[in-house]
Parts: sequence; C-alpha cells; structure tokens
Amino acid sequence: MAVHYYDQNDINTDLLFPGKYTYTCGTGPEIVEHLLEDLDPDFKSSVKPGDIIMAGSNFGCGSSREQPTLGLKYVGVTAIIAKSFARIFYRSSINQGLLLVQSPEAVEFYTPGDKVSVDPATGILKVADREFPFPPLPAEMLSILEAGGLLNWIRENNA
Amino acid sequence: MGLTFAQKVLGRAAGKVVEPGEIVFVEPDLVLTHDNSSAIIGKFESTLSGGKVKYPDRIAIVLDHVTPAATSKNAAGHARVRKFVKEQGISKFFDVGCGICHQVLPEQHLALPGTIVVGSDSHTCTYGAFNTFATGIDRTEAAGLWITGRTWLKVPETIEINLEGYFQRCVSAKDLILTIIGKLGSDGANYKAVEFHGSSIGGLLIHERMTIANMGIEMGAKIAVFPADRITHNFLFSEDFCKKALWGDADADFCQVHNFNLGDIVPVVARPHTVDNVCPVSELPETKVDQVFLGTCTNGRVEDLKSALDIMKGRKVAPSVRMLVGAASRDEFVKALQQGIIEEFVIAGAVILPPGCGPCLGAHQGVLAPGEVCLSTANRNFKGRMGEKDAFIYLGSPETAAATAVTGVITDPREV
Ligand code: SF4
Repeated sequence: MAVHYYDQNDINTDLLFPGKYTYTCGTGPEIVEHLLEDLDPDFKSSVKPGDIIMAGSNFGCGSSREQPTLGLKYVGVTAIIAKSFARIFYRSSINQGLLLVQSPEAVEFYTPGDKVSVDPATGILKVADREFPFPPLPAEMLSILEAGGLLNWIRENNA
Repeated sequence: MGLTFAQKVLGRAAGKVVEPGEIVFVEPDLVLTHDNSSAIIGKFESTLSGGKVKYPDRIAIVLDHVTPAATSKNAAGHARVRKFVKEQGISKFFDVGCGICHQVLPEQHLALPGTIVVGSDSHTCTYGAFNTFATGIDRTEAAGLWITGRTWLKVPETIEINLEGYFQRCVSAKDLILTIIGKLGSDGANYKAVEFHGSSIGGLLIHERMTIANMGIEMGAKIAVFPADRITHNFLFSEDFCKKALWGDADADFCQVHNFNLGDIVPVVARPHTVDNVCPVSELPETKVDQVFLGTCTNGRVEDLKSALDIMKGRKVAPSVRMLVGAASRDEFVKALQQGIIEEFVIAGAVILPPGCGPCLGAHQGVLAPGEVCLSTANRNFKGRMGEKDAFIYLGSPETAAATAVTGVITDPREV
C-alpha cells in the first residue's frame, strides 16, 4: 500500500482527467491512460491496488466529469483523504463506491513515508501511530457505498 | 425564523419542513444530459438491459459539447444518443447546432422557477437565474435517475449575497461574479446555496443573471439563485411559467452574508490556473495574448456579443491575435445575425464558431499550443482546460475580451 500525496489545494477535474478526452475515453482501461496526467505523469505506472490518495482542500472541484472517480476505483485506489472535497466529486465518489475521508487534521499531520490506513466500518483513519476518527456516512450513502456504487445499489434494490 | 429558498423547494418536494444537513429524496422535474448521454446510455443499458426510462418527459438531452463531431468516436456517440432518444420516446432532444444546453433549456422553458433540475454538467447551476433549484450530478447518477426518476439531495446551508448600486461604464456581470469568487474563494460556497438579494437585482437582466448564476459552481455552490420577478416573467413570456416560484425569507437563517456594491466593481480577470486568482485588469503586468475567445454558456448571448462590439468600435482584431466568437445558441446566433453583429465581427477579422461549447473544454475548434495565452469569456481557466497543459487562460468579461482582441494585450476596456 502506497500513499500518493499531493500537497496542494483545488486539485480540479481537469488535472485528474483532462477535458479533451472526456468524450473519447469512458472505460476503465481508456481512462487509466490519462488519469492524473497533468498532475502526476508517473501516477498511472506507479499506482497499485490498495493505494490511498492524500491531498489538500477542495479536491475534485470543477466539472461533473466522473472519469476521475471511475478511473481511481478501476486502478484499485481504496480511499481519498483530503482536507475537503468539492460537492459533485463527493457525490460522484459515493456513486462509484469510492471512499472519501475528509480530515484536515490527518492531512496536516501526515509526513511522506507515514503508514496510512482507513476503516470505513469503524470510522477510524490511522496516520503513523495517530488515530483520526471520522464521522460515519449517513445511512443512505453508506448503503450505496457498501453496494459498490449507485448502479449496483439500483440493481439490488429496484430490480 | 423564516426559510431559505433551498429549504422551501426541497421542503415542498419532501412534503415537510426541512433543515440544513437533512437528506431528502426528490423526483427532479428535469434531468439534463449532453454529449455524455452516450456514456450514460451504456450505464443505463448495463443496469436495466432492454428497459425503459421511468419518465421520458423529464429527460432533456442537448448535443453541444463537441459539435459538429470532431472525431468518428464523437460521431458514434452522437449517433448512439439519436437512436436512444427515438427508442425511448424522449422528445426534449436538441441535436447538433441548437446550442449550449444551458442556453437551450431556458429558451425552451425547461428551467422554470421553483422547479428542481439536475444535470450531468457542473454548470447546471446557470438556471438559478430563473429561480430554478438547479445543480450538477455525475453520469452514473444521471443513469440512476433515468431508471428510478429519483435521487437524494442534502438540504444546503445558504449564503446571502446582497447587491446594491449600479455598474460603472465598461463593467459587467462577469466582473461582478469574478470579484465575488475572488473574495469567497473557489471553495467559499462549497456544499452551500447562494441567494442573491438586494436593490440591484431588479435591474439585472436575464443575461446578466445567467452569467452570475453560471459561475456559482466556481466557488463550489450547489445552487446560485435569483428571485422570479418581472424580468423573469418577461423572459418566459408568461406568469404561468412562474407559478411554482419561491424565494428565501428576509429573516431566514443565512450562514453567511456578504455585501457588494456594483459601483465598486472594476474590470477584472481570473489569472491562470484557478478561477479565484482574480485581480483588476489595470494591475496586470503587460500580458500578450495569442487567442481571444468570446462565447460559452457564461458569455455567449447576443447582449455579450453586442457589448464586445461596442468596445471594438469598428477596430480590427490585432494581427497577432486569433479572435473566436461563438453564440450560445441558434436563437442567439440568429439575433446576432439580424442585428448585423456577426457581419461586423467577420469584417473585424474574427472567426465565427457554430453555436455550441467550441474550444471551452479543449476538445476542438481552437485548442491552444504550449506556451500560448488566451483571454476567454468562459468560466474555467484550469490547467489543461483548453486542451494544452502548458497554456495560460485568463478569464474576463466580453468587454475586456474585445479590448484585448484589438490591442493584443490584456486591456482594461475603459482604456480603449
Ligand atoms: S460552454 Fe463550456 S462551461 Fe458551458 S457547458 Fe459548454 S463546456 Fe461547459
């Protein structure tokens, strides 16, 4: 498990997935080719299942583009920890079943090299030896997250 | 204690009094999607194979983002959408050439006061200009809404922004909203609703309200909304369309209040690469531009084009500059043609784009080269937004765009 740490605020959807590809790349493998291309060109070759992303405030601001969440879920990122998230990105992550944890304290505390783990069931985020509890998701969102995203949830509940 | 607009609209949908932070389930009056409908169709079909959308009448689809198609892949996406709307009996379909979704929907009376509109486009908040509770969602959620007709919304807290006074000459709504975003920051209204109040509202015309509401998302707002008044009625032709209008009470529990005097606003630009990196044009060091783009859902209305032309006063576009002009919709384009505006732009040396998003999202019709600088009237200047990560985008008003086009450097429109 590795942490991809971006010490900056306002990481927008164009940095996560450039707009010029939005109508030609829709599937996991297509998205990965350009994931975080203008933010971290090495990301796609270094990311491994189980990795965590950590960043500053207003993460995911900008477009309603969902390739970032879809792509991060596809490569196996398990959680994004940030000081805060933009609204549409937050919704989008729940809809993809990707865990977001808002914890400005944890991001401030983190020093590159620290071990990080998140447990959505207990609501505990651990950075090095320090624990940062985070509030559980409202029931509605938790059930979507647990189903592995909105469409799975609809398949289970509406079919 | 009174209620905010968001509390009233979501409370009516939920059939009870609601408080900020509460989650309500709603059936939106309209779900907007655009070129991304093609991807949404894929999600819809993989979830509900062979099934029908729940409410075909509550779906609007506008092809606007990469139109006419730039690649065969875009064309295939458009073709898939045309087939789907036929199969599903979706009548609110607007094909290539109708214009940008955020202009077309209001023109078609599909974004009405007091209604709830969600769209798989972040600038869906534009319809706040029409007193609509309008907000962005993603593609997956749009697919879910096609299937179930329903989604959840958290009742937001509300920021009150009071507007007083009158604009100075050469200053417009774009300068105001950029100034507001510069002050509040790009996440200053994150998860929150923004209501515009104050004595200036009655003097702000629809195109100005649209420019302002359009950029609500650039400070993170869930909605950015105006009251329905005489100006709204006039635009919609009939008070019948305003029957569901609601408005926040003066004594509602606003989480923040900000006051702006329009008379204090000066021409400003947002510098690369964030929208809140705002400064007065007069304080910018000399900045040469390679391209000027006048258009988009933020500033592509006939009034915007006219204001720009008035600044140019018959002068030609500087030889070092490519000026691109695009009307937001076919209707706006026709108005501009009838008023002779398009002809004057062509004579001045501008390139006219078809109604649509044009180069705004960096897919076609004017992407930038590495190192190039663009002054755009769009709403976003993120790194890579116009197709090249090593290019520089400044955002400004139509007036500033015009002044810049004729001089070749970013110029305060009061100076030309
Ligand atoms: S004009 Fe630009 S901001 Fe507006 S809808 Fe099109 S791509 Fe989005």
